[in-house]
Amino acid sequence: MAAGSRMLFSPRGALRFWQRNAFIFRRIFPESIAVNFLEPVIYLLAMGLGLGAYLSTIGGLPYLVFVATGMVSTAAMFGATFECTYNAYVQMYYEKAYDGVITTPLNVEDVVVGEILWGATRSVLYGTIFLVVVWIFGVVRSPLALLIPALFLVSGLMFSVIAMTFTAVNPSIDYFTFYFALFITPMFMFSGVFFPLDALPPWVRTAAWLTPLSHVVSLSRGLALGDLSARHAWDLVWMLVVTGVLFPLPVMLMRRRLVK
Amino acid sequence: MMASVSGTSVVAAASLTKRYSAVTAVDGITFQVQRGECFGFLGPNGAGKTTTMKMTYCVLPPTSGSLHVLDMDVRTHARTIKARLGVVTQDNTLDSALTVRENLVLFARYFDMPWRIARRRAETLLEFVSLTDRGNDRVEHLSGGMRRRLMVARALLPEPDLLILDEPTTGLDPQARHMVWEKLRQLKRTGVTQILTTHYMEEAAALCDRIVIMDQARIVAEGPPAELVRTHVGREVVELRGFEALQDGPQVMKAAKAAAAGLAEAHEVHGDLLLLYTRDGEALLRRLREQGVTVESATLRHATLEDVFLKMTGRMLRD
Repeated sequence: MAAGSRMLFSPRGALRFWQRNAFIFRRIFPESIAVNFLEPVIYLLAMGLGLGAYLSTIGGLPYLVFVATGMVSTAAMFGATFECTYNAYVQMYYEKAYDGVITTPLNVEDVVVGEILWGATRSVLYGTIFLVVVWIFGVVRSPLALLIPALFLVSGLMFSVIAMTFTAVNPSIDYFTFYFALFITPMFMFSGVFFPLDALPPWVRTAAWLTPLSHVVSLSRGLALGDLSARHAWDLVWMLVVTGVLFPLPVMLMRRRLVK
Repeated sequence: MMASVSGTSVVAAASLTKRYSAVTAVDGITFQVQRGECFGFLGPNGAGKTTTMKMTYCVLPPTSGSLHVLDMDVRTHARTIKARLGVVTQDNTLDSALTVRENLVLFARYFDMPWRIARRRAETLLEFVSLTDRGNDRVEHLSGGMRRRLMVARALLPEPDLLILDEPTTGLDPQARHMVWEKLRQLKRTGVTQILTTHYMEEAAALCDRIVIMDQARIVAEGPPAELVRTHVGREVVELRGFEALQDGPQVMKAAKAAAAGLAEAHEVHGDLLLLYTRDGEALLRRLREQGVTVESATLRHATLEDVFLKMTGRMLRD
């Protein structure tokens, strides 16, 4: 009972920490939003006009449409990932913000869950901004695209949980380079954003299926184009299961790190 | 089953222990903090003061023993206890990108204080720690002393029943330190119970009604500062220095000790320094002169908490 009560997070406590992050984010909101508008525009211009000039269509789609409908997912992934790696680490290690917060009625579990929820929020925010830009470029073809922010909530939770797990055991801020070089970037390249996975050898396809991003890309493209099939349901199940199974991990590891 | 604490006790620890695989950070300490008093933990680095504080403010579970804060068990009521505590951690934990005011208002939200009340309370506390005109400055632009005062103000947001301060003035200049002391004394007058750790003797002597001296995870002495001085080192100290410059230094030191017999309750030797703890320093100095003990310097001063501290914890460097 005693140990149990310590290990549980309180929704109210997690919400308070989420509010803290939102409060701090408010200060950089205009700049951050402007940057997040700019980034997809640059990508789409390069991909659509540059690369697209050499590639006519992929799977019957103009290259710009193919890339843009996948890339919204990576924007959402980076939103959650930066929040729960660098930002969280600076808060935890340099600012010692967690050490201050856990002297209040909030405990470590509330802080970790609040941080993950905030990561998911940024995922929705950044992904949605990208989606709006993509829509302006005329790439969105179905009203089902309105469901994409909800998809980013789920994928944001998933990427936040994974990133927080790494952050909880990361010995130094320098090691995030490995997280990005060995996990995020390969996933970025091999999750069906830039080329379809169907054409690849079966083992690559299997490897790609194991990456979290491939399922988000598959769903965001399906929703943006209004082209859904049974396989998309499995993508969603995959994400929910992975998120649910991993969820206790960062909470546990962070407690071990902060409560010595 | 541990009996609940008496009504006046704010903190009650019995055989409180914190063990890690290799080390015991706190080794079966027992103490009680009474309502309205200022209780100090004095000790060298690594003595177990901060670990004791962390257990008291419920972020570190004890390995064994019992610890009740505000009549509640820290193992089962951490959240409820923490809602009634004010904590100044050893390191500042302020949001440096936010303003002074924002730091306070945001922190109040963790205690579920409505925004409107949080803002009003922040103003009162800014005034209390004399930071009103810095309210809109970012914390990163504040001096060390101002940050510490802001930490104190922040700890007072929930109108705590117990204020815990872990080295409140370490690293501050004398002006800033005295300012923090003044605020803590004001709080004490309003009846706020305080626990503080320090390795500054003047701080413990200036603020605390009672102190414990911790060394190597245990409590080695306990009592009001003046009483500790009286019982452990007496009233005065005669310091004799300069034995090494003499040809017959060791003999002179032996003679000095012999001369002091009966007048000094205790003595300590630290290299070239002989400390004689006594109730009558004048008489002792006279006796030394009569016996022909002459060294480079012989000084008489009042015994202080520092003498107690060094006597109890030794003069070895701790890190």
